Amino acid sequence: MSAIAADDIRGCPSRLEPASDAPVADPTPFVKRTDDGQSRLDLSVFGAKCGGCISKIEGALNALPGVTLARLNLSTGKLVVEWKDATSRPIDIVRAVTEAGYRATPFDPVAQAADSDAEGRFLLRCLAVAGFAMANIMLLSVAVWSAQDGEMGPATQKLMHWISAMIALPAAAFAGRPFFRSAFNALKARHANMDVPISLAVILALGVSLFETTSHGGHTYFDAAVMLLFFLLIGRFLEHRLRSRARAAAQDLLALQATTANRMRSDGTLEVVASGDIVPGDRLVLWPGDRAPVNGDIVEGSSAFDISLVTGESAPVTKKEGDALFAGVVNQSNRILMRANATSDTSLVADLARLIEAGEQSKSGYIRIADRAASLYVPVVHSLALATFIGWLAVGAGGYTAITNAIAVLIITCPCALGLAAPAVQVVATGALFKRGILVKSGDALERLAKVDSIVFDKTGTLTHGRFQLTNRDEVDNETLRRAALLTRSSRHPLARAVTDIAGAGEVADDVRETPGCGIEAVLDGTRARFGRGEWLGIDHESGDDESEAWFQFGQQPPVRFVFSDQLRDDARGTIAALRQRGLSVEMLSGDRVGPARRIARAAGFDRWTAKLSPGDKMDRLAVLKKQGHVVAMVGDGLNDAPSLAGAHASLSPGNAADASQAAADFVYQGDGLAPIVAAYDVSKQARRRIIENFSFAALYNAIAIPLAVFGFVTPLIAALAMSGSSVIVTLNALRLRGSTEVETLR
Amino acid sequence: MTMLIYLIPIALLMGGLGLAAFIWSVRSGQFDDLDGAAYRILTDDDDEKP
Repeated sequence: MSAIAADDIRGCPSRLEPASDAPVADPTPFVKRTDDGQSRLDLSVFGAKCGGCISKIEGALNALPGVTLARLNLSTGKLVVEWKDATSRPIDIVRAVTEAGYRATPFDPVAQAADSDAEGRFLLRCLAVAGFAMANIMLLSVAVWSAQDGEMGPATQKLMHWISAMIALPAAAFAGRPFFRSAFNALKARHANMDVPISLAVILALGVSLFETTSHGGHTYFDAAVMLLFFLLIGRFLEHRLRSRARAAAQDLLALQATTANRMRSDGTLEVVASGDIVPGDRLVLWPGDRAPVNGDIVEGSSAFDISLVTGESAPVTKKEGDALFAGVVNQSNRILMRANATSDTSLVADLARLIEAGEQSKSGYIRIADRAASLYVPVVHSLALATFIGWLAVGAGGYTAITNAIAVLIITCPCALGLAAPAVQVVATGALFKRGILVKSGDALERLAKVDSIVFDKTGTLTHGRFQLTNRDEVDNETLRRAALLTRSSRHPLARAVTDIAGAGEVADDVRETPGCGIEAVLDGTRARFGRGEWLGIDHESGDDESEAWFQFGQQPPVRFVFSDQLRDDARGTIAALRQRGLSVEMLSGDRVGPARRIARAAGFDRWTAKLSPGDKMDRLAVLKKQGHVVAMVGDGLNDAPSLAGAHASLSPGNAADASQAAADFVYQGDGLAPIVAAYDVSKQARRRIIENFSFAALYNAIAIPLAVFGFVTPLIAALAMSGSSVIVTLNALRLRGSTEVETLR
Repeated sequence: MTMLIYLIPIALLMGGLGLAAFIWSVRSGQFDDLDGAAYRILTDDDDEKP
């Protein structure tokens, strides 16, 4: 049908995510046995976003010999593969996924709650039972309501009530468990949450209705009680689904740690072990492309390393025998042997994970609007109900009238609309953002982003593309570029990669030798060709930054200069201006040198910026802003930004950021530009407005309904109408969000 | 009136069947991957290519 088949494209066929170049890790330590003797591997797959990805990955795996099951869960990114023992090697399984263009890391299901969502299933079952009960009781209630004027005899009415009771009581006992449990736990801890009035309303409504049924007909509220449970369970389920995305992201951070390493035994052979099994003193081999799993020292060899973990810059640093290595740094050029001097638990990555967790704890202290409303609601409603009871007794009506009116107050104040007010808006808002490629991790992330007044940006990888690009292409002739590419295709050095990107795919010269920190050389058609630093080639040239410049010399010809820089993203200037227009103050914090930082800050339009900052310095700056009373959002991508992202009031991270940053950030946005940040801010502000509108409506509705209940005008029909009406209005108001957000093009 | 005696239980039974079917589908994991399930119907893997 189309000229390019999906198989020719690596990665997502719908181009929703760029293809991955990650190295393949041997997952053998993570292979399990199933009950019927097969081998099973659970992998966490990154980059699968569309239906085409499912058929691509599963198709590639089913093509391997012996594979009996390959199933990808698109919502969670988890891939389960089962195969007959000894027919395929575990590394072939991972390689099949990687060659299709997706990154796959093994993950340990035991380390996580369970790979099936038990809580979600429980809520769905309760929801189903409540829905069944509500629909069938309504069948009977509508008959009773429409025959109020005497068409239905008392015996039939009694029958209807009894059947309703028989449906409602077991259904409420089953479907009300989430609320009863939560209310019980809260009361045990001596404070009230939203579930206390809900449970009270349900239990009392059922109790009164049962009493009415057994005594002398009259009004029963079985349908109201079950309807209340049904609507609230919808809200609960939606909230749970939203939160499970945040949980999945945190688990992906664990997956980052569940890597494998090559350990050298005393006899010199290699074995593959899980990073968690490494002990101090182990000797580990790091091939080019491998990440150091734990802190250690180099005992043999020297190589260039990507230490962006510590500085945020990917300009490689040479390490030789005796130098220390931090866990997470990536080996770029030569094989080295290192000795571990820590376990993975005390490594830098684990420390970052702990910092992230600490940041999340401080965020969980944020009181959501819904909880604020609840803390107001509970005492007010309960006092009103009590006052009604006492009032009617004082007026001289019997205990029966007093109780039924007090209960009517409890039922009519309808925690229904309150239970749906926030989840309905959050679901619509996150759906709208998802369509724009922005992933929202939690419902209160929207509320938090709406309150910020300043935004802090990281430079490399966030404001800029994060990779070097050749800037003086017109000074390099085609033949020189072609020859240089023959050398650079063999190297992982960022400057070499930049040349390869411009030149495209092609051949590699034989016998390319890389000298870490200096350059690469090979013999092309009998002539020596070299590409690397000026000093190494013997060139005496004054330049500002030798890291952003390289020279190529072919034989005795004059050397050609290649200039690189990390370019600002196209819409950065427009985004900063748009944010300023919305009343936010913006600032740039960078770990890079002053020169490049100044250039980017000027080009993007920042008037506040700082350079040469360590991750700790960035966190200090955020703390200073907080003390000055600002509410700060942070945008960052590097592994070293993760603690700042966790500590800021709200945080955003680009989709190609380090996993830890994506795990720590509240919003993850896809694509090459910064415009999603503005969209996220706009939608968050709108969402906050809608949530407040919903709660105001709920308060207004209560203000009208409560007097009716206090004075005894509430019948079951009115209660049911009020309940469904208020829930529908709250949901419709939430849907207003979808139609009103526009995306502008920012230039 | 006598019709109610058997119509109501029939209605409840049919509703109960629906409920049982839903709970079975939740238990067998059909609601675990709603996004993936939406896309799987579009894959062309049942026709043999000529």
